[in-house]
Amino acid sequence: MKVSLFITCLCDIISSDVGKDTVEVLEKLGCEVDFPEQQTCCGQPAYNSGYLSKSKEAMKQMMKAFKDSEYVVGPSGSCVAMLHEYPQIFKGDPDWEEEANKLAAKSYEFTQFIVDVLGRVDVGSNFKGIVTYHSSCHMTRLLGVKDAPKKLLEQVEGIQLRELPLCEDCCGFGGTFAVKNPEISEQMVKEKTEHIMETEAEYVIGGDMGCLMNIGGKLSRDNRDVKVMHISQVLNS
Amino acid sequence: MPIKLGEASYKERIQSGIENDFMRGAVSSAQGRFRSGRLKAAEELGNWEDWRTRGEEIRTHTLENIDFYLQQLSDEVSKRGGKVFFAETAEEANEYINNVVKEKEAKKVVKSKSMVTEEIGLNEALEEAGSEVIETDLGEWILQMDEDPPSHIVTPALHKNKEQIRETFASKKGYKNSDMPEELATFAREQLRKEFLSADVGITGCNFAVTESGAITFVTNEGNARLVTSLPDTQISVMGMERLAPTWEDMEVLVSLLTRAAVGQKLTSYVTAITGTRLEDEVDGPEEYHLVIVDNGRSKILGTEFQSALHCIRCAACINVCPVYRHVGGHSYNSVYPGPIGAVLTPLLDGYDDHKELPYASTLCAACTDACPVKIPLHEQLIRHREIIVEREKKSPKSEQMMMEGFAQWASHPAAYKLSARMARTSLKPWTKDEIIKNGPGPLKGWTDVRDFPAPSKQSFRSWFKSRQKKERGQ
Repeated sequence: MKVSLFITCLCDIISSDVGKDTVEVLEKLGCEVDFPEQQTCCGQPAYNSGYLSKSKEAMKQMMKAFKDSEYVVGPSGSCVAMLHEYPQIFKGDPDWEEEANKLAAKSYEFTQFIVDVLGRVDVGSNFKGIVTYHSSCHMTRLLGVKDAPKKLLEQVEGIQLRELPLCEDCCGFGGTFAVKNPEISEQMVKEKTEHIMETEAEYVIGGDMGCLMNIGGKLSRDNRDVKVMHISQVLNS
Repeated sequence: MPIKLGEASYKERIQSGIENDFMRGAVSSAQGRFRSGRLKAAEELGNWEDWRTRGEEIRTHTLENIDFYLQQLSDEVSKRGGKVFFAETAEEANEYINNVVKEKEAKKVVKSKSMVTEEIGLNEALEEAGSEVIETDLGEWILQMDEDPPSHIVTPALHKNKEQIRETFASKKGYKNSDMPEELATFAREQLRKEFLSADVGITGCNFAVTESGAITFVTNEGNARLVTSLPDTQISVMGMERLAPTWEDMEVLVSLLTRAAVGQKLTSYVTAITGTRLEDEVDGPEEYHLVIVDNGRSKILGTEFQSALHCIRCAACINVCPVYRHVGGHSYNSVYPGPIGAVLTPLLDGYDDHKELPYASTLCAACTDACPVKIPLHEQLIRHREIIVEREKKSPKSEQMMMEGFAQWASHPAAYKLSARMARTSLKPWTKDEIIKNGPGPLKGWTDVRDFPAPSKQSFRSWFKSRQKKERGQ
């Protein structure tokens, strides 16, 4: 199966290891992964801040980049959810409506793709450690991907999963919210990391680098001994 | 007090909310109770999503035919001896009500809980005209004594605890007993009973106006709306123009959603319905009944992308799940309508000038949208507000505008993007130590003020992928 990787700008530039693990897991599952080089950012930072026309420029670039792809798979529920908003954003635009519909229809979040399209829950990974899972808001509420990551994690050999209290609560990232409202964001991520500490987990796992960078940044600031990992890194272990 | 509560700046309000440990503890524990209550009540009902869909359908249909239903309501209330007044503005509503009170030579007015009367500043208007106004909802009564605005639309005194309430009762009413809730409630009941019996006019809000029969309905747990509507000879109900339910069947669906979504109750202790005055063949009812239907900016929302914000049934489920509300509290919103629905409604009713920060007081986590019993897409409406603030009102900061201009260039030019991916690590090097940035420059500052930022990867993904392909090809 041919898969085009939608790397997301965060994973491309800041956390490239996540991209490598994503590629390796997909290949292990028999996918042929290519990387359309014309891709940039999904446009979410501008779109969510109210800069609709600016965000559209990024979106058009993405539609061009993935025009010929069969499947588009990205290691972020939030960025993929953004692609799924394109049809609504370009509705009635004669030049882009069809492209927007096509891209949304073939785009999947990484774990969603493995479970729903490839039909796999056991990817043959082995990871020793006590982990807790943070379910990111956009992945669960906007994209509707709730169970796939958990199904995959449950099958990882050696893993000990601990339930995160109030795991559905936002970590306080919210894209530009984190820098526009740092005071509130701080309180939210503080509460999130406190719940993580309550689980006594060694690792906190998530499916979105935005949230993980926020949670990880707070854990690191407070010198907490909990490591942050993207789910692709666990599945590639 | 009109919609806006005070003059403190957004940052000041946020800060004082965050520093108020007591309030945050109270809000957090109340949110916990309400949230689990809602989920449990929804589960017990079995098909919650179907109920939400039905609720949304009823509200959509009603708002799309609001002219017809307002006319029907007006006709039915008039038939039953009531007088109906359409108030375009808060001032018109207050003036009408003041005139009724004046004509009756009324001294004392008792009120049951009503958000729309908070919105139009009715109490202040009545007091200025010389009337004594007594709030009879326990929470509202406490706040009235403290001259404190509500911080929540269902449980207005959410931010206070029993010790503070005891203090208020003691200093304002000479209360001498303990802070046991039972003793506090007994005292409030004794005090309020006297007020009910001596009141000349009763004023209520309205949960739903059933248009087919002209009935105004209220859901309460204390029964105070029942006393307000039973004792005084003159009755006035005030309602936002959208609070309509075409039929009793619709009202039953909406009440079922409301009480469950609000506090996880199957039903409130009291559901009261009143229809007009005492007619010739009837044994009870008021001598005079007035229904004041308030527009105050609502009709401007009709037909816009925000129309579904008028579907709101004021259950506060969005407020109860909002993590931003949890940390800053209701007063930080500086509006009688706090939380996600407040961030949507307030700029619509009172303009952007005083409330332009509210649509940004959300991470867009969509917990509100998920919780809403009538499916208002709250987080999407917050984005629509942001678009208006940026593109129509042009009220976003200059620095942000420049940054977004740069973003658009960067994201639409792959070569520029690629270059930045290559340069990111190097350009942040001066601020990087041990792969961590603790004191970031420019836009990173807000981030690193509260948490660390990771150093960009040594090699971008795209560069890794390319070199890997080359290796595979044996180049």
